[in-house]
Amino acid sequence: MSLIQETDFGTPKSKSETMVTLTIDGNQITVPEGTSIMRAAMEAGTQIPKLCATDMVDAFGSCRLCLVEIDGRAGTPASCTTPAMNGLVVHTQSERLKKLRKGVMELYISDHPLDCLTCAANGDCELQDMAGAVGLRDVRYGYEGENHVFAKSHGCENDNWMPKDESNPYFTYDPSKCIVCSRCVRACEEVQGTFALTISGRGFDSRVSPGMSESFLGSECVSCGACVQACPTATLTEKSVIEIGQPEHSVVTTCAYCGVGCTFKAEMRGEEVVRMVPWKDGKANRGHSCVKGRFAWGYTTHKERILKPMIRERIEDPWQEVSWDEALNFAAAKFKGIQQKYGRDAVGGITSSRCTNEETYLVQKLIRAGFGNNNVDTCARVCHSPTGYGLSATFGTSAGTQDFDSVEQTDVVLIVGANPASAHPVFASRLKKRLRQGAKLIVIDPRRTEMVESPHVKALHLPLMPGTNVAVLTALAHVIVTEGLANESFVRERCDWSEFQDWAAFVADPKNSPEATAIMTGVDPNDLREAARIYATGGNGAIYYGLGVTEHSQGSTTVIAIANLAMVTGNIGRPGVGVNPLRGQNNVQGSCDMGSFPHELPGYRHIAGDAVREQFEAMWNVKLNKEPGLRIPNMFDAAIEGEFMGLYVQGEDILQSDPNTKHVVAALSAMECVIVHDLFLNETANYAHVFLPGSTFLEKDGTFTNAERRIQRVRKVMTPLNGYADWEVTIMLAKAMGFEMKYNHPSEIMDEIAALTPTFAGVSFAKLEELGSVQWPCNEKAPEGTPVMHIGGFVRGKGKFIVTEYIATDERTGPRFPLLLTTGRILSQYNVGAQTRRTENVVWHAEDRLEIHPHDAEQRGVRDGDWVRLTSRAGETTLRAEITDRVAPGVVYTTFHHPDTQANVITTDFSDWATNCPEYKVTAVQISPSNGPSDWQKAYDEQARNSRRIAPVVEAAE
Amino acid sequence: MSSSPDKLVYMANQIGKFFHSQGHDRAVQGISEHIWKFWDPRMRKQIFAHLDAGGAGLDPDVLDALQKLRQQA
Repeated sequence: MSLIQETDFGTPKSKSETMVTLTIDGNQITVPEGTSIMRAAMEAGTQIPKLCATDMVDAFGSCRLCLVEIDGRAGTPASCTTPAMNGLVVHTQSERLKKLRKGVMELYISDHPLDCLTCAANGDCELQDMAGAVGLRDVRYGYEGENHVFAKSHGCENDNWMPKDESNPYFTYDPSKCIVCSRCVRACEEVQGTFALTISGRGFDSRVSPGMSESFLGSECVSCGACVQACPTATLTEKSVIEIGQPEHSVVTTCAYCGVGCTFKAEMRGEEVVRMVPWKDGKANRGHSCVKGRFAWGYTTHKERILKPMIRERIEDPWQEVSWDEALNFAAAKFKGIQQKYGRDAVGGITSSRCTNEETYLVQKLIRAGFGNNNVDTCARVCHSPTGYGLSATFGTSAGTQDFDSVEQTDVVLIVGANPASAHPVFASRLKKRLRQGAKLIVIDPRRTEMVESPHVKALHLPLMPGTNVAVLTALAHVIVTEGLANESFVRERCDWSEFQDWAAFVADPKNSPEATAIMTGVDPNDLREAARIYATGGNGAIYYGLGVTEHSQGSTTVIAIANLAMVTGNIGRPGVGVNPLRGQNNVQGSCDMGSFPHELPGYRHIAGDAVREQFEAMWNVKLNKEPGLRIPNMFDAAIEGEFMGLYVQGEDILQSDPNTKHVVAALSAMECVIVHDLFLNETANYAHVFLPGSTFLEKDGTFTNAERRIQRVRKVMTPLNGYADWEVTIMLAKAMGFEMKYNHPSEIMDEIAALTPTFAGVSFAKLEELGSVQWPCNEKAPEGTPVMHIGGFVRGKGKFIVTEYIATDERTGPRFPLLLTTGRILSQYNVGAQTRRTENVVWHAEDRLEIHPHDAEQRGVRDGDWVRLTSRAGETTLRAEITDRVAPGVVYTTFHHPDTQANVITTDFSDWATNCPEYKVTAVQISPSNGPSDWQKAYDEQARNSRRIAPVVEAAE
Repeated sequence: MSSSPDKLVYMANQIGKFFHSQGHDRAVQGISEHIWKFWDPRMRKQIFAHLDAGGAGLDPDVLDALQKLRQQA
């Protein structure tokens, strides 16, 4: 293994299809029109010296090192800013160029420290490389003059010198090493889209400046790492590189945070990760990253990781560390005992959306074939199960229709109930890039999110009351149909015409007009009409949506309404359009694909279908139950009724993530054996009897499937600290229960998945090795996968329009609970925070805050930062208030990343009519000033502390 | 929504409300199919027991759909 060196072509790739041919150093080369001479030369294998150019950002032409000579042209143009043209004859090396370049380098080095041996960039410094490339041997100017290098000159303070900025937990800014190439500034603008950095001053006074000469941490910087990656010197350097040194080998793998699925190079020294660097060939992220994937991997070696199996008879007892055998036999005996006493259906399991496809597949196999029932569910139940239902009903597949590249061809983006800037940051950066090029943006969200207003981006915002999605989307359809904006030819060709007519008559009803629904939705009818016209007539229209759509009583109806909108405008079946659910967790798409739902086998096929079930029975050599099993909320209900007594939970923290915590506590407490398989003693483990240590994404092989249906490799870079990858633990647990599964490597599990699942038929580790990644369906018809779905026709045949009647949720405001609480995420934290809370990311978000409008706050005597009591019909908690007009009067908002806040104590039992996906996004609440934690929080905290005790190991006497 | 029949009745009616706008016949078909596809046998048994006890609280479409489903079972 060695360090993967990615070629830097200096300037971005041109997408032109017109080709031009030129001669560089006597060699003919043909490149797309718009390619720079620098890039053309690099493609031919000639590296022209450069400092300010890098292919992640546009050419800038400031360093004057990449000069070339062109026959018939005067002077020495910069090759980065000069486009290749037919017939040009270019020389990259001549006496004149050599002299000029040496002169330029000499000036650079005359204001740069010469501490190369002890510099963190030693071994990875472009400045040093270029000094070598141009043959710089002497710096005639010396270091006595004005400089930015030394703290003191001639015994006095040097006003030009600036100390290091170490405020960011993950990287340092050392201004003394800066060559002012602007690569960081341009990366922040062009790649990330945050515009946090600038160059202050002119000439010799030019400095990289976060905001108005602020610290990095104090500025708008979101710590995505693009600037650090772009820096050619040690000016911006990962602290891990400073501490450890340069990596010696690297492995390409997939991030284990959100559903964007960024590809990274894990840069290693032995089994120690030095840094994670986004991979330019990653098709989801194209070389970009966010603060989580790039930097927040410290949890993988956090001291709180549990590395030894533990058991206990009662949850009141302290944990006892035991051997793997003892823990597995204990668990198996308990589960078998429960099945004997309460029946075969009294146990079940939850697959993890953070684990690999192979691991998820094994857990559902263990449950269906080993436990002998279909009581398997996954965290998608509480996030995107309505997507599965809604898109399957209308289009015929339970997944997004596009790849992320598609956004580059989009003209109108409609975001519904999603905040990609916080939850899917790398996609948000790609989207913002398109918006800065002129695409239009409409945001439907109760809150003025970061997407609504950001540098050079201004959305048409429809701030609706939480819970009224269906009314708003149906009103959009009303405008499209009644104003004659429907794409009739598309509908006639691709959709069921009579169903369309029924639907069109329904939406055209005046009761569905923007004016009639405004009283419920709170959306200005003129804005809504404007949004409908833009989406229907603005060119390629793409819808991106998130949990603000699905986590409602009418979640599935909302997904259907979205699909209807895409069909009626013909925005489906080609690049640049489509319906795109933004998946929350890294492998939530994969866990759904792998048959994690109780009613369907891998590939979304109902368990009652004899032909499909028989295939699985033949492969697994066991008779399967043909009845659908329990969904997570049904498991809880059954537990409380004394009929569901054992649960195996892999890599999920249902106690923190699921709604109505008191109900979950009651259910878990009622069970006789809860097995938690996780990295940490999470909240669910407080109610567990067996703890099986889990492994991180760095410690195993497998695949994740991201929100674009893209299957990507996860590669092992270190030995599991707990001893076993999660797939091995599931096999051992199955064996202890008497069900043998034999696999030597996850690739064999994928082979079995491919053999049983038509949409995965062409997937294998060998193919992933060859192509990097594939998007399912990948089979005989599409051997290299399917970037865009429904081209030429819908998977189900004719697209199905379904009437979407708005039915208000039964969670209503009233005199006791006059405000609506809605929930969401923040950039630096992930899901329940189990991983990110164990990293330095806590500097950005150490606690959940309650956002409240100044008007509502004033009425209740709440000041910014005050502790407030948040009460709903389900429970109460306390947290601190943040007064902001991001939320409308009547609406409050919080995140759910911290267990001590327990936002889910507040959320209720209401759920989506079709899938029981909980209604997290609407809870009627009241707020009052408070002195501190609620009784529930105190009791919970005490129980948690008690429950996490681990008994000291007593060494046996010799 | 403490005791189980109440919760199941509520869930069944929620399903019914979605299909209601499609007219009685299609609604009955849609509701029965949905419950057959997504409810586990334990839940179906409980709702059938409630149906036998008079089916209090069930909306008309839902009542018809459950009767249809039980005949098929």
